[in-house]
Amino acid sequence: MTTETAAPATAAVMRIDHLVKEFGGLVAVDDVSLEIPRHSIVSLIGPNGAGKTTLFNMLTGLYKPTAGRILLADRNITRARPDIITKLGVARTFQNIRLFGAMTAVENVIVGRHARMHAGIFGSVVRTPRVRREERQARERARELLAYVGLDEDSFDLLAAQLSYGDQRRVEIARALASEPVLLLLDEPTAGMNPQESANLTAFMRRMRDELNLTILLIEHDMKVVMDVSERVTVLDHGTKIAEGPPEEVRANPRVIEAYLGAQK
Amino acid sequence: MSKPRTDGQTVLESGWGEFRAQMKEWREAIDRTLPPWWSKGLAIALIAIGIVLPFAFSQNSGFMNATIIAVAYVVMSLGLNVVVGFAGLLDLGYVAFYALGAYSLGWFGSDFFFKTKVHVLVHGIAAQETGIHLNFILILIAAAVICALAGIVIGLPTLRLRGDYIAIVTLAFGEIIGVVAVNGTDIHLGGGMTLTAGNFGISAVDSPYFPVIGQFNLLNLRPWYWLIFAIMLIVLFVNLRLRDSRLGRAWIALREDEVAAVSMGIPSVRTKLSAYAMGAAFGGMSGAFLGTYFTTVNAGQFQFGFSIFILAMVIIGGLGSIWGAVAGGLLLGYINYYLIPDVLNSLPSKVGLNFQLVTIEIGIYGFLLVLVMILRPQGLIPERRRRLELTAEIAATDTELAEPTAFHATGETAP
Repeated sequence: MTTETAAPATAAVMRIDHLVKEFGGLVAVDDVSLEIPRHSIVSLIGPNGAGKTTLFNMLTGLYKPTAGRILLADRNITRARPDIITKLGVARTFQNIRLFGAMTAVENVIVGRHARMHAGIFGSVVRTPRVRREERQARERARELLAYVGLDEDSFDLLAAQLSYGDQRRVEIARALASEPVLLLLDEPTAGMNPQESANLTAFMRRMRDELNLTILLIEHDMKVVMDVSERVTVLDHGTKIAEGPPEEVRANPRVIEAYLGAQK
Repeated sequence: MSKPRTDGQTVLESGWGEFRAQMKEWREAIDRTLPPWWSKGLAIALIAIGIVLPFAFSQNSGFMNATIIAVAYVVMSLGLNVVVGFAGLLDLGYVAFYALGAYSLGWFGSDFFFKTKVHVLVHGIAAQETGIHLNFILILIAAAVICALAGIVIGLPTLRLRGDYIAIVTLAFGEIIGVVAVNGTDIHLGGGMTLTAGNFGISAVDSPYFPVIGQFNLLNLRPWYWLIFAIMLIVLFVNLRLRDSRLGRAWIALREDEVAAVSMGIPSVRTKLSAYAMGAAFGGMSGAFLGTYFTTVNAGQFQFGFSIFILAMVIIGGLGSIWGAVAGGLLLGYINYYLIPDVLNSLPSKVGLNFQLVTIEIGIYGFLLVLVMILRPQGLIPERRRRLELTAEIAATDTELAEPTAFHATGETAP
């Protein structure tokens, strides 16, 4: 077992070493290395098809990398199952909202807490005092989290499918927070939002980071949000990392401009 | 529940508000017709009626016979509902668990293994005979355990599959068990004993014995009824408790969106296998009961059509709905064992047609299924969630037109 003292001075929450993902002949992610410092907000940007979501899917265990290594606080999670990775403290949202449509907002968030609950078959059938307490706490916690992300209390017991788009995004964040993550992965959290909403979310990301002691890695297309919120930006293009650094530096990088706007004649 | 809305005027100003008001109205209408304690009250009333029901009929009436079988079917449809309704795994081989449950009874409650002599807590004639004779409660537990294990074995190859492919694999497994049951006469276990008796059937199976009630016999159907009614109540209770538990939510989450579910920390393998095991165990218990009730365990009983019959109960009742599974099981059980053979069988001859209604019963089920799918696709007693989902479709189209909702973090304190 590795201990806190064994961690390097940088105290990265997650280290990605030479990660590769091939789908047949297509190399979706090609030798990407990345370090996510504790308590930071890191953005992952790049044109469509750059491999950002593929990278996310590997970090959360949905895809198994072809080569390379993913370390979560020095623990190798490269081939771990998604549920194990969630339990170890990585939570995510999805680019296209993936709530459980037939469940209420509260139930969605309680499911997010699955990894932190313990009730087994026997306990659930008998409903032991411990299970009862756990259920009650999960429900209370879910309502707290929904209030925290700013969902109207009237909507708590509506089915997820009945919620507005903006509310669904909120519930998704609350659901991810329910697993008590160390690292939160947000896949295009501002997609479909107007500038005002994006600005609000930007502020909220910082607040979550500070109040819940999170590290956030986000995929984002909205450059205003990226420049505003991130401490570091990593740019992917055709599966390879073409730039990395503070936002201002990355913005000025000619390779990044080329990837986004095409080569200058 | 929701608080009454006071700002009635402002609500109607926007489309969104209008929709909210409409939703609220519907919710209130649902609350009005069904008070909060309705399910508990209804349950207690139904249990009470269920217990005294046999006294309304003679000890061996045809209706009691139909009721016993219908309740046994309810147990099966509750089991299949866990797999298909909750976890969303389309299982077309459920007959396998009927077979294994019934064979558990045949193996452990008859003189079929005539070279052995094992007796555990049995009374009456069974205590003198050769073969394995266990107390019926023990057989019930054995059937549940054997079927749960078989459920896991059947579940394993389907784990990497989705939708229709799961149906094909489970269907094949159901057929395999059926064929093994027929050809089990050629599987020798030594000493002239075989695995099954094929189409001859294992007969002279033990009937249950309980203190006070004594040995069950087919001249008095009441004890049989109370026995299966008690089994049904236990299975129902377990179902209700599990549905609103961590495991039940995990099943439903997997059904709704597997990718999201595993990303929320739900172990997909363990959760799916627990659904298969649970559903199979219930099927096995019912199978063991039907084995002793029919007094024979015959390979011919385990046909593919039976899987579809149970699936039809679940679908007609309302996929994923516990009370729907109960209603569907009772409805089809009664139609199959009472309405068609006893009540309406001579109907065609009365209108001058030369056939008996039982000959077209499969057609009748098909017709009923089509009718339900057209008139009430959510089933007779839909799951609460699905009921809301139907109104949610209106919500989805409405919210697209509604005002944009600003993302603002309004929470005051960090939780």
